[in-house]
Amino acid sequence: MSDRAIAYNEDIVKKFVVASMFWGVVAFLVGVVLAAQLTWPALNLGLPFTNFGRLRPVHTSAAIFAFGGCALFGTSFHIVQRTCRARLFGGEALANFIFWGYQFFIVMAALSYVMGFSQGQEYAEPEWHLDLFLTLIWVLYAVVFIGTVMLREEPHIYVANWFFMAFILTVAVLHLCNNIAMPVSLYTAKSYNIAAGVQNAMIQWWYGHNAVGFFLTAGFLGMMYYFIPKAADRPVYSYRISIVHFWSLVFMYIWAGPHHLHWTALPDWTQTLGMAFSIMLWMPSWGGMINGIMTLSGAWDKLRTDPGLRFSVTAVGFYGMATFEGPVMSIRAVNALSHYTDWGIGHVHSGALGWVAFITFGAFYYLVPVLWKRERLYSTRLVSWHYWIATLGIVFYIAAMWVAGIMQGLMWRAYDNHGFLQYAFVESVAAVHPYYVIRLLGGLLFLSGMLIMVYNLIQTVRDPATARRGEAGGDLAMAKA
Amino acid sequence: MPTKIEKDAISGHMTTGHEWDGLKELNQPLPKWWLYIFYATIVWSLGYFVLYPSVPWFNSYFHGTLGYSTRAAVDADVAAVTKQRAVHMDRIKALSYRDIRQDQQLMAVALTAGRIAFAENCQPCHGAGGGGNPGYPVLAADNWIWGGTLDDIQRTISFGVRSTHENTRLSVMPKFGADGILKPEEIRAVAAYVMTLYGAPAGGGDTSAGQALYAANCAVCHGDKAQGNRELGAPKLAARAHLYGDDLPAVTAQIANPRQGTMPAWNARLDAATIKALALYVHGLGGGEPDRP
Repeated sequence: MSDRAIAYNEDIVKKFVVASMFWGVVAFLVGVVLAAQLTWPALNLGLPFTNFGRLRPVHTSAAIFAFGGCALFGTSFHIVQRTCRARLFGGEALANFIFWGYQFFIVMAALSYVMGFSQGQEYAEPEWHLDLFLTLIWVLYAVVFIGTVMLREEPHIYVANWFFMAFILTVAVLHLCNNIAMPVSLYTAKSYNIAAGVQNAMIQWWYGHNAVGFFLTAGFLGMMYYFIPKAADRPVYSYRISIVHFWSLVFMYIWAGPHHLHWTALPDWTQTLGMAFSIMLWMPSWGGMINGIMTLSGAWDKLRTDPGLRFSVTAVGFYGMATFEGPVMSIRAVNALSHYTDWGIGHVHSGALGWVAFITFGAFYYLVPVLWKRERLYSTRLVSWHYWIATLGIVFYIAAMWVAGIMQGLMWRAYDNHGFLQYAFVESVAAVHPYYVIRLLGGLLFLSGMLIMVYNLIQTVRDPATARRGEAGGDLAMAKA
Repeated sequence: MPTKIEKDAISGHMTTGHEWDGLKELNQPLPKWWLYIFYATIVWSLGYFVLYPSVPWFNSYFHGTLGYSTRAAVDADVAAVTKQRAVHMDRIKALSYRDIRQDQQLMAVALTAGRIAFAENCQPCHGAGGGGNPGYPVLAADNWIWGGTLDDIQRTISFGVRSTHENTRLSVMPKFGADGILKPEEIRAVAAYVMTLYGAPAGGGDTSAGQALYAANCAVCHGDKAQGNRELGAPKLAARAHLYGDDLPAVTAQIANPRQGTMPAWNARLDAATIKALALYVHGLGGGEPDRP
């Protein structure tokens, strides 16, 4: 191993960090609008473009694929270069093509939803022409990432890169299989999926669940395995856990999809399969939590001084909670209560806000000063404010959805002593209204925290006071001081 | 090959000897509790596979030693609740309205059944408590289009209005404008006259022309005094209860090219006892009329 300085491609990482922050604001803002529409339906304004049904995929795609996706592209490109001691494979032009291609896909997808185009498959709404374009971008991403891994100067591949590769390969397979569709014509943004009925539902939820498993779990575990040990300046707690939980996680996740279709036309044996693998997935998921949290042993004091690390560790806590709640909800008897209720919405948001967004925030608070070569963040006080406001927002959100969801489930199945339903559906809608207001408040808090972060990061890059000593801005700031 | 295995000063554990961008790993064993719970979930799953439907083969699957199926479970639940309801619903089905109303307990059950059936099936259009919505008649007042006795209500629920059922309630109003029966200014004149019947401001002026046109074209169904005709399903016009609005543009539009809503025949979806319970519930909302002798 040589000690020569490698000119890493940091420009591409910066681009994706900025894009991720931008799409994060969009995703959370649309989420707040939708939460308000659910509370007061008149806010859909009666226009087709602002209808809930069209805006919802804008929110989910913006959160998962735009905010989360750009965060994964950016951090994976950073991590793979650093941990392989190799410049990004394929050159700057290819990396930039991936960046702008992915942004183009996001914008086109969002516009198509608002214009009323959709495949009608959750998290796979874009029509066939956009799917084909995304396939191109994704294959290039795989080439660049795996190419860089092959250029590595370290003999072994770091654990974060295993997770990133599992994420990239599996998402490619998921995307291709769930989007096999016959276009109505070459010039029409309308197609029919090759599978129909319950087969279509099964493929869709195999896709949907593993979008959670490989996009939102494996990918972000890759992020965790770099930024937590980096920020804590401690070795990863256990190499053996990382091996065992990696292979058991990727093996078991892929079977768990049928638990989304309990008590439907899906055959019972398939439901059993999905449920059993979801239960077995509990410990493989928690392996990542153990490694994330225990890596801090010997460095717990850093939580007091580094609020960015506090985000990462809280994220791992939410990850542990959501990956326990998931197996519980996959149990057929529990699912009979929880399915189709807001409990599901609360569950995905404890994952999306608590895990995905928080681990990303922690990574970016570490990464921005590194990338823009600043001495420190503009304000750790503001990071603390962001942390507490966002945490409070999540607690409001998921607590409200737990109460609303369990209440809905109980109301829908309540019979009186003569055997008549005790509540009409519309009464359950009226009953959850106060919790929808609380959820909206939680979302507003989370969005406010995000705006604080954006301000803090912009100031970190621009304010002379954060410049490294010896550099122009730094000297200026010191002269002033 | 790992070349730099070393002891971590803080924890006292050994590293694996690899290093990436300054990151190292401890060579810690798997936590016992973690491993044993993992094994336990695998054992539990294997047991579950034996007990419940699990492994497929070419044209069937292993049904599990318990013989469980989700369809059978749902069927059993539905059968149990149906049996529970049947105690009273069978009597509601068999007895006349008069007899049901004399049995206080049975009447209470009928209103309970009617309330929930109304909330699940009728309320989306007719509104909570039968308050009505634009295009959907008020059920809580005595301004009935097809009659407000228990038998009338039962018939309307059972066969619907302009539904696909052969016994459906059926009324058709001519398109006075679209079919060229009246000229636009004549339609405006009729509308202005009709509006005077329920005290809406007619914009002043003489409405005698409209009155004459009304007598010639409308009175045959809606009645000389616009009191309506339930035999024909012609709504009363001399009241502010117009389905599609009672201002001038709405009334004009309704004469020129009438909107005529539909109601499904519920006998295909609800059983006879539930329809009777619904009739009793709707009858009691505020507009029920006594039986005809």
